Amino acid sequence: MTINDPVFGVHPAAMQLQRRRMELIAANIANADTPGFQARDLDFRQVLASTQAAGAATTTDPAYRVTMQPSADGNTVDVQIEQAQFADAALRYQASLQFLDARIKGLLTAFTGQ
Amino acid sequence: MSSFRIFDIAGSALSAQSVRLSTVASNLANADAVGGDPDAVYKARMPVFSAAMEPGRDDAAGVQVLGVVESQAAAEKRYEPGHPLADAEGFVYAPNVNVVEEMVNMISSARSYQSSVEMMNTAKELALSTLRLGR
Repeated sequence: MTINDPVFGVHPAAMQLQRRRMELIAANIANADTPGFQARDLDFRQVLASTQAAGAATTTDPAYRVTMQPSADGNTVDVQIEQAQFADAALRYQASLQFLDARIKGLLTAFTGQ
Repeated sequence: MSSFRIFDIAGSALSAQSVRLSTVASNLANADAVGGDPDAVYKARMPVFSAAMEPGRDDAAGVQVLGVVESQAAAEKRYEPGHPLADAEGFVYAPNVNVVEEMVNMISSARSYQSSVEMMNTAKELALSTLRLGR
């Protein structure tokens, strides 16, 4: 998959990244009660920039989230933060989806002339 | 590119939390089941959670229940000579279940279950609108 596709722009890459973020955040929330689990997330801006620089999808290691107060068992998941981040990722995914949708519809109109 | 891993991850959380909720139910149900032998009396159970890392992919991980362990705390000794199950010295033994702790566990696991369900719902809606792309 090429980044900065002439038709769809940055959105396919952005969607893929947001989906990966959602998986990581889902894992964080799933492990909210696991002793010793450390919450992880992607730095979207940095990963997208490195993806664009490389010209293709790269695999970047996720970073550990810095928490205000880890629990006594070593778990660093703050469910509130994770839920907010999950909503953020979902919203951004949906935004990219709508850009793609509008683009496809526009192209179809151009093709069919209707 | 698997787009439905969120369902696996959230699903693992749902099953782990429901195991936890079952142990809470079992502990609370048996909280007053006294007996005359401290070793034979019911012991509080609790699940052990661990992150389920996928081999070859250290990315996102679900959660797994490694097993259910029994609390090693001593049974509560009560002096009730009139109790039919009392031992020779007149003691009965109540399970080492801490009811307050169990209630907290119940609320915590119900909350975690809820957030996993919500996550699954969001993922489902996103997957559906991705499938409807361009229509």
